[in-house]
Amino acid sequence: MPIDSQQVTWVEEPDIGFWEATFLPAIVAGLKTTLRHVTEYKPVTKQYPEEKPSLPEHYRGVHRLNRDEQGRVKCVACMLCATACPANCIHIEAADAPPEWPDRDKFPASFVLDELRCIYCGMCEEACPVDAIELTHIYDLTGRTRNELVYDREQLLSIFDKTKDNPRDPVRTHRGKLGPAAAFKELPTVGPATAVPAAERAAVATAPGVIGPDPQTLQGQ
Amino acid sequence: MFDDPGLNSLAVTLLTIVAVLGGILGTCTYLILLERKLSAWMQDRVGPNRVGPFGVLQPIADGIKFLLKEDVIPDHVDKVLYIVAPTISVFTTMLAFSVVPFGPVDQAPEWLRFIIAPNMDLGLVFIFAVTSLAVYGIILGGWASNNKYSALGSLRASAQVVSYEIPLGMSILGIALLHGTMNLETMLTDQAASGVMGWNIWYQPLAGLIFFTAALAESNRLPFDLAECEQELVGGFHTEYSSMKFALFFIGEYTHVITTSFLVSVLFFGGWHFPYIAEASSAYAGAWAVKLLVLAAKVLLCIVLVMLLRWTIPRFRFDQLMGLAWKVLIPLALANVVLVMCVLQFGWSHWWLTAGSVLLFIAAGVIGVNASRSEIMGRHQVRATGFSPAVPPG
Repeated sequence: MPIDSQQVTWVEEPDIGFWEATFLPAIVAGLKTTLRHVTEYKPVTKQYPEEKPSLPEHYRGVHRLNRDEQGRVKCVACMLCATACPANCIHIEAADAPPEWPDRDKFPASFVLDELRCIYCGMCEEACPVDAIELTHIYDLTGRTRNELVYDREQLLSIFDKTKDNPRDPVRTHRGKLGPAAAFKELPTVGPATAVPAAERAAVATAPGVIGPDPQTLQGQ
Repeated sequence: MFDDPGLNSLAVTLLTIVAVLGGILGTCTYLILLERKLSAWMQDRVGPNRVGPFGVLQPIADGIKFLLKEDVIPDHVDKVLYIVAPTISVFTTMLAFSVVPFGPVDQAPEWLRFIIAPNMDLGLVFIFAVTSLAVYGIILGGWASNNKYSALGSLRASAQVVSYEIPLGMSILGIALLHGTMNLETMLTDQAASGVMGWNIWYQPLAGLIFFTAALAESNRLPFDLAECEQELVGGFHTEYSSMKFALFFIGEYTHVITTSFLVSVLFFGGWHFPYIAEASSAYAGAWAVKLLVLAAKVLLCIVLVMLLRWTIPRFRFDQLMGLAWKVLIPLALANVVLVMCVLQFGWSHWWLTAGSVLLFIAAGVIGVNASRSEIMGRHQVRATGFSPAVPPG
């Protein structure tokens, strides 16, 4: 349907005056603007390697495989993360748990996660019933070959050892503490992938189709 | 140094050439750093700061990188022209510097001369003849690349340089008439001899403006860098160039900027003359060094202005660029020459030149306003929405 001609705003190109026709005042004004940035120099640059950014609490970086209190891998090789993974980057080979681990049937004989394939969506963390896989704040991983960034079980466990004491990477178990896998009598309800402090913007859910915080959610707080 | 005057002169010339070459190349690299820093400051960035304190060793790193990078010569290029083009670009701009006095020529120490080719009566003509050859580097480079974008860039460059050559030469004609010579040294000493009020900028402000604008366009700097306009032409004429050949084009461009800045300082701002500290009569010990520094400071100011303009003014559209040359600068420069001729012929005071320049400037502004109002420019209503209703407004 064509737009009503009454609704069209007709704009006249403004006539240029004498000074505009000579260019000079505009050039001087422009030079003033650029010079003001030199004289009142306030860079916003972060000197990255020396100055690390403070990431939001729910940042999703490199994965880790959590250990339980006895230092064993928490994973029970249930394959839920590998199934949930949209990038298909987790490959688990399950094996019967050793007899001295009575709390579980299976454990991952190999747990390979391709960090280059991963899209860091956090769905593995969401899917995990025993809080074994979690995403950390590590973002600056490098390697010389692609194979170096395909992490196996021991590498993922070593990331846990590296990050467990970091206040920004708390062990985010839904039950408050880590326990043996058998302690889960019923599956915990699926919470947000990562614990988000209520103050952060991401904690406020948006209603579908609405940009910004949902008014109902805000009232509930 | 030597007993034989011929040998002595040869040695001094060689020494001067070496000094100038080294000076220009060193200045070029540091100008690139200055430009990067300055643009960073204007955009609230930090700029290069990793190599050495505040990034002062960045040019050396750049140079090493340029030398060590793979020098790709694409299969489809015209090899000879492709290799010759960047060298022409550097060679001609360097050659133009040979007649520019970069210090007090008459007070130079005996082992150095402040001009490579002294007493060149055709100085200005030589400069314009040689610097306009520099566009061959760009044209040949773009053509030999066998790439449509490069060819378009070099076509633009040739049209632009040919157009701006005219106001560039014509704006200087007035000064040449006033001084009765084309010799840059004589022009400089003439200005210095008559003090700060003898600087040509007071009598030829309009010519100075035209010269500066046209020189910017000649050196393909923003806002006139249509030949390498990234948004439209990938890289323009240097799309297919890499490593040191690419660098040579830019050494050429920066040398051109340096030469132009020297010309602006020498022709319009009295060269090494500065009241009290660097008069024509001052002959204290080390006066030549002070004069050298004064000239260097003026040149540096001019270069910084060029860089400031680069990051301030958006690029012209090509028809605007041509319009500026043919409809504005050339008529103004012509009128200015006529004005100088009248003043000289009838023996009026030189201050009439100043008044005349201002009048011409005002006239240009008034004509510009009226031309934009008329139908000649093809002005039409701008519609505010994307729709074009079938019903006319009203």
